[in-house]
Amino acid sequence: MSLLIGSTTIGLILALLALGIFISFRIFDFPDITAEGSFTFGAATAASLIVAGVNPLLASFIAFLAGMAAGAVTGIIHTRFKINPLLAGILVMTALYSVNLHVMGKSNMPLLSETTVFTWIENLSLSWSGADARTIILGWEVAVKDLWLLLFCFLVIVGFCILLWWFFKTNIGTAMRATGDNDQMIRALGVNTKLMIIVGVALSNGFIALAGAMLAQYQGFADVQMGIGMMVWGLASVIIGEAIINDNSVGFVILGAVLGSVLFRLLVAIALRWGLNPNDLKIITALFVFIALILPGLLKNKKLSFKRRANA
Amino acid sequence: MLKINHISKTFNPGTVNEVVALQGVSIKIEEGSFVCVLGTNGSGKSTMLNAVAGSFIVDEGIITLDNIDITKWGEHQRAKFIGRVFQNPFSGTAPNMSIQENLALAMKRGKNRGIGWGLPASLIHEFRAMVKPLNMGLEDRLENPIGKLSGGQRQALTLLMATALKPKLLLLDEHTAALDPKTAAKVIDLTQQVIMKDKLTTMMVTHSMQQAVNLGDRIVMMHKGKVAYDFRGEEKKRLKINDLLTLFDELRRKDNIDTAVASMLADNYV
Repeated sequence: MSLLIGSTTIGLILALLALGIFISFRIFDFPDITAEGSFTFGAATAASLIVAGVNPLLASFIAFLAGMAAGAVTGIIHTRFKINPLLAGILVMTALYSVNLHVMGKSNMPLLSETTVFTWIENLSLSWSGADARTIILGWEVAVKDLWLLLFCFLVIVGFCILLWWFFKTNIGTAMRATGDNDQMIRALGVNTKLMIIVGVALSNGFIALAGAMLAQYQGFADVQMGIGMMVWGLASVIIGEAIINDNSVGFVILGAVLGSVLFRLLVAIALRWGLNPNDLKIITALFVFIALILPGLLKNKKLSFKRRANA
Repeated sequence: MLKINHISKTFNPGTVNEVVALQGVSIKIEEGSFVCVLGTNGSGKSTMLNAVAGSFIVDEGIITLDNIDITKWGEHQRAKFIGRVFQNPFSGTAPNMSIQENLALAMKRGKNRGIGWGLPASLIHEFRAMVKPLNMGLEDRLENPIGKLSGGQRQALTLLMATALKPKLLLLDEHTAALDPKTAAKVIDLTQQVIMKDKLTTMMVTHSMQQAVNLGDRIVMMHKGKVAYDFRGEEKKRLKINDLLTLFDELRRKDNIDTAVASMLADNYV
């Protein structure tokens, strides 16, 4: 049970990553691989600021801004210099690897002895229900502390989802969605599509960096390798979300991304518990996304050929 | 008033794909005038329209709209003054967004888009009244994605969107070319109504001589990146399809003579 609670908590933290991927991939149709770098960038920025004694909330916010800056660079490289989105992302991702090493000064930065956002929550739980308090849920004994962390992450995610949903319903947010849908049309209506892409990719990477910052604080360290595979991970979450919630409106897609992230994390946790070799995790994630991408087309063909046979 | 002064444009200069699309086009279009632009394929009629819309920056020449020099302005900046309908019915609307969201985007053409709510209830009411005269039953389907509509419906909506805020200039780029004849006639009817209602200054590129004869108060005929003929007033009214066909033939014959003479000269002297 505590495994499930822990996984759900991480799933909620990574939902921020899924939201970031949703913005770049689904809103802008921009395959933005900067994610792999900005995830670590957020973690590294927050970790080194926290070690330097900065308030962890402020550190997380600065990590968000750092991610936005990285995303803006990708957006500018793509729009200003007409470089293919994938290549623009790869350039920034590669550059960020060095930046991250410089930010942390080493490849791994422990946070276990530092005060993070999650230490606050643990202290809150401590003063509320005492040390090592346990409670029973569905017949399983779990630490109250874990429930507090879960609740905190849940509230944070709900807050960000509402904020994002609201943003994409405003005039500027609607214009952003139109930029991804038909850029020619929205340019003819007076919108600077280049600026929209830059702001959008920046926003996306802000969310991704915040996910990195939160994860680093939750697991107690930042590592220069922690971003690897994160883009596919986020994409998997978004795809699962779309499969569960079959509705294209912004609100539901956002909800889907969060549910997808949690569900995917739970699936992975269960698979690992059943003896899946952790080394195989990335290849399985990649296979999963590959299948999810081609499945709709395959099903359609199947249905068509079935119809043809029925008609013949 | 739109003033196009000696604009030129060459695409891919210095390569094998070099295309001289416009070579010194000058046109003045008075306020409230409705100009039909005709021309052979590759005559530069659509290129001229795109030059005015800002799809690219011209190599030479000046474009002014109401005495504002817009020659170097970007496409989105000019959109403040210019409404556009494209040839492809899919180009003018965002397919995955609802009809009402598309209309709401059009209500902000060229204006600042802040963090105000994108789709206020008061607007939806207005939209219903806007699409009702189309007689397409769209007023009950405002929440449907536009991608589900037919080409004719989308083109009609694009026209509404381009003129929702009165533009200083309306650019129509063969906007009925991709539609079946019946739908095209409907869209042309609507075009005429919209233009008459607000006395819009309009430039319409068309390949249909019927449309050119029936609509507007002026015909500009382009050929090889230049204005070949320009008819207005009584002269335009008297013009028949046959006259236009004769003119086209004349242009073609001139071309043939040019190439024939060139090859003859080449045979004799080279």
